[in-house]
Amino acid sequence: MKAELSQEWITICEQQDLTPNAGTCVQFNKEQVAIFFCQRNKSLYAVANFDPIGQANVISRGIMGSIQGKTYVSSPLYKQHFDLITGECLESPEHSLKTYAVRVDDELIQLKEAC
Amino acid sequence: MSKQRIIVVGNGMVGHKFIDTIISDDSVDYEVITFSEESRLAYDRVQLSYFFSGKSADDLALTDATYYQENGIKFVLNDKVVDLDFANKQVVTQSGRIEDYDKLVLATGSFPFVPPIPGNDQEHCHVYRTIDDLEGITESGKTSKVGVVIGGGLLGLEAGNALVNLGLETHIVEFAPRLMAVQLDDGGGALLRRKIEDLGVKVHTEKATSEIVAGEFCRYRMNFADGSFLETDTIIFSAGIRPQDELARSSGLTIGERGGIVINNHCQTSVADVYAIGECALWENFIFGLVAPGYQMAKVAASHIKGEAKHVFTGADMSTKLKLLGVDVASIGEVHGRTAGAQSYTYHDEIEQVYKRLIVSADGKKVVGAVLVGDVEAYGSLLQLMLNDMDLPENPSALILPTAGDEQASGLGVEALPDSASICSCFDVSKGDIKEAVAAGCTSMSELKGSTNVSTGCGGCSSLAKQVLDSELANLGFEVKNDICEHFAYSRHELVDIIRVKKIKTFDEMLNRCGEGLGCEICKPAVGSILASYWNDYVLEDAHIELQDTNDIYLGNMQKDGTYSVVPRVAGGEITPDKLIVLGSVAKEFDLYTKLTGGQRVDLFGAQLHELPIIWKKLIDAGFETGHAYGKSLRTVKSCVGSTWCRYGVKDSVGFAIEIENRYKGLRSPHKIKFGVSGCTRECAEAQTKDVGLIATDKGWNMYVCGNGGMRPRHGDLFATDLTDEMLQKYTDRFLMFYIRTADRLQRTSVWLENLEGGLDYLREVIIEDKLNIAEELESEMAENIKNYQCEWKTTIESPEKMKRFKHFANSEELDNSLSFTTQREQRFPSSKASAQPIKIIELTE
Ligand code: SRM
Ligand SMILES: Cc1cc2nc3c(=O)[nH]c(=O)nc-3n(C[C@H](O)[C@H](O)[C@H](O)COP(=O)(O)OP(=O)(O)OC[C@H]3O[C@@H](n4cnc5c(N)ncnc54)[C@H](O)[C@@H]3O)c2cc1C
Ligand code: SF4
Ligand code: FES
Repeated sequence: MKAELSQEWITICEQQDLTPNAGTCVQFNKEQVAIFFCQRNKSLYAVANFDPIGQANVISRGIMGSIQGKTYVSSPLYKQHFDLITGECLESPEHSLKTYAVRVDDELIQLKEAC
Repeated sequence: MSKQRIIVVGNGMVGHKFIDTIISDDSVDYEVITFSEESRLAYDRVQLSYFFSGKSADDLALTDATYYQENGIKFVLNDKVVDLDFANKQVVTQSGRIEDYDKLVLATGSFPFVPPIPGNDQEHCHVYRTIDDLEGITESGKTSKVGVVIGGGLLGLEAGNALVNLGLETHIVEFAPRLMAVQLDDGGGALLRRKIEDLGVKVHTEKATSEIVAGEFCRYRMNFADGSFLETDTIIFSAGIRPQDELARSSGLTIGERGGIVINNHCQTSVADVYAIGECALWENFIFGLVAPGYQMAKVAASHIKGEAKHVFTGADMSTKLKLLGVDVASIGEVHGRTAGAQSYTYHDEIEQVYKRLIVSADGKKVVGAVLVGDVEAYGSLLQLMLNDMDLPENPSALILPTAGDEQASGLGVEALPDSASICSCFDVSKGDIKEAVAAGCTSMSELKGSTNVSTGCGGCSSLAKQVLDSELANLGFEVKNDICEHFAYSRHELVDIIRVKKIKTFDEMLNRCGEGLGCEICKPAVGSILASYWNDYVLEDAHIELQDTNDIYLGNMQKDGTYSVVPRVAGGEITPDKLIVLGSVAKEFDLYTKLTGGQRVDLFGAQLHELPIIWKKLIDAGFETGHAYGKSLRTVKSCVGSTWCRYGVKDSVGFAIEIENRYKGLRSPHKIKFGVSGCTRECAEAQTKDVGLIATDKGWNMYVCGNGGMRPRHGDLFATDLTDEMLQKYTDRFLMFYIRTADRLQRTSVWLENLEGGLDYLREVIIEDKLNIAEELESEMAENIKNYQCEWKTTIESPEKMKRFKHFANSEELDNSLSFTTQREQRFPSSKASAQPIKIIELTE
């Protein structure tokens, strides 16, 4: 039933549980997901929490920022940059983070599998 | 008209280069088919040896199936071309496939020569050419203790390195009297040998192997012509390469006397519409065993096929610069004294193990050749002098004397090079090409690489390319910028001024006033640190959270598995037995790996997020405070035991160290700050390697500043002598505050001083004579800092709001299930990670 479930938006937490301009790790369908809320451009991003290069669940603890208009998170372990929209690692494109659909609905943060 | 059909036999480095060149021109459309005997598409053979330091076949790949498919290139792997039918313009493969061509390009490369020694075909005898070969060597390595390389040339030494990396006792057996006989002279060869032997590799010269038989102690025994023998478990043959011309030969193409497919300046062979490029081609009786000339041939052939004939092949330079077994070696031009009347300069430093020989023309005006071992700084300059036929400077010996890397010394800067000077031979990039790219808007090495490919091959040209880039930028009137990043067009020093003058309190205000974009991991922590040094807020105020590196947010250093370390302050290194017991019992309760640090305190490793506050609560209850091991702030004040116990001590170094540590703890700064306090001149606290070092004298304290251990050690400079406790405190307050105000981000005091105009004298004028009239201001800023000190861990565990962050998931109580540990020496360690690939750490500076 998981396939069907993931087509639905699932409420994860409240908006106030997120720290502005930083990451938060949440559990979604038994996966670890890092959600970032950028207050400056009023956007939400959701990517996998596992750093494929450092091999640890730490992405939510990285600093977010922008390079030439691209919003990214830099891994706290070895500082590679991951595009928050595509998940792609800017230094080693062979690595990327899975991305998820994320939205805020009446102060609630919701996730679903990206289509 | 149907498309022209090109068949490329061999998909090695050069074959691929040819294909890439021919498809990059959109104006012509060809149908391209390539055949390879190997099981993979082209990969970087030059970097082959990195296979042993963890690069996978994928890392080495130069292309992939998707790229070929997208560009309509057909490829057939594992299928050798066995016959060429020129009359019908067809090729025939081993599997029986027959294909027509309009143009045929042979890029079959070379094969390793294996001397006809009886017993050379046994299971653990290898060559060193393909990824498959290396996989075989790795397999043999698993069941071997000793390995031998036959051949002490360039590749033989690389193969030797591979054996060392596999952990084998390594021998190199060479027939000639010296290593790298082709490239080096006697002196260079001898020094190289010494250096390699120092690394534990055994070198045997003038040995001809006569047979390989079963061994007594190892798998095999190699018997030598002189009656001696050597036993080994694995053998790698590296006795030279031979052009792979078998196919061409059997099909009737003209072949050179000693092999190689004969080509002209357009890379055409003796048969119409058939070209040969790369290591299989013989041009003017010469085979080029390097990739750069092959790439040039690929370009030449592609342009001839397109009917442009705008490039011709006119030979190539065979100079090389390499790091073999960790030893730098370079050879330029002709080094064996075959040039009539040539004279030479030699520099030989046996202590530092450097050998350099410069060979000049009979009239002393031009470079003929050079050999460099141990120090290859001069390679770029010498090579340019030779390639561009430039006149040598007044005093040529300066080029190889120890300062030769320094351009002023040699009188040769990149400015002096003509536009035609070739900077990158792998990609045929000239100084003129770089100039054009800069004029078109390139301002960084990464942009330059993107637009010209410079430095993306062997990498040997990177420093030269950077120099040309910088000099061109300067010529165009660009300032070499020290902007902190793309979000703020200011240096850290300027940001400090802006924050102070405009009384800016948050990053948002800062971005709105003078920045752009969202910020990044460079400007955010830098601004965070300046805000903390000026307004001294609690670093975990909500508005500052996003500015902090993970270490600062969770008040601990992140370890490789995502857990954190716990380092309580142990001021001056003095600790009571009761406190030691608390450390021990906390470590035991949470199963934390425990180690004494180099900073005279105890580090507890492996705490998970949710454990951190509980651990710290216990420590704080027992009287501990945060040690700021995570922050860019005061770290430790190292002390020696001093006059209270030591027979020689003249002052109470421990007591004073504790006082200092408590005074400056928590102070945020551009980089970490360390102190050392020694009770007498014996200097057991190593104070002279610290940012501030104090050594007791019978009249007071001698103050040293700007010392550094770490990556680039520097002894501190004696700043003032025989100071009273009060004077010392004043000077230290001023010194630290002045450093915090003016240093760049991540600049230790040592580097800061080295970049400070006026140096130590100026520093004395500011701190001691108060030339800028800011001493009082600096002291009061420090007083403010000291007054506002709080233990961040205490503040954190007292705030329920802050505590929310110390959970792995915001929406679940579960823990990170990917952590796993092993036990060694009775303590817990992270299990090693699945991928053993070396990790590239991104430097935060260009
Ligand atoms: C734990 C310790 C090693 C040990 O087991 O002894 C250590 C561990 C680290 N050092 Fe160190 N250094 C430790 C003493 C030193 C010393 C010795 C000393 O202080 O007397 C030095 C040389 C002295 C000096 O700094 O001049 C030292 C020079 C460095 C450097 C190089 C700094 C430089 O200017 O060249 C770095 C890298 C950096 O800071 O950029 C570094 C960085 C690090 C980092 C932060 C690397 C990292 O990001 O993980 C390590 C953090 C470990 C942790 O999780 O707590 N560590 N490090 C020592 C902790 C001392 C303490 O109690 O706080
Ligand atoms: C360990 C090592 C280190 C090196 N280091 C350097 C260096 O530092 N600098 C440098 O400039 N050069 C270096 N070289 C040399 C460089 O790799 C070669 O110059 C370059 O690979 C030559 O390219 P090529 O395409 O001519 O030949 P190759 O790359 O050998 O490609 C030829 C391909 O053709 C295939 N082939 C042959 N015959 C047939 C056939 N009949 N049918 C189908 N396929 C066929 C072969 O299997 C092979 O895949 C090094 C080489 C090695 C092995
Ligand atoms: S020397 Fe390197 S490995 Fe050792 S603690 Fe310091 S940073 Fe870590
Ligand atoms: S010379 Fe090899 S990359 Fe430039």
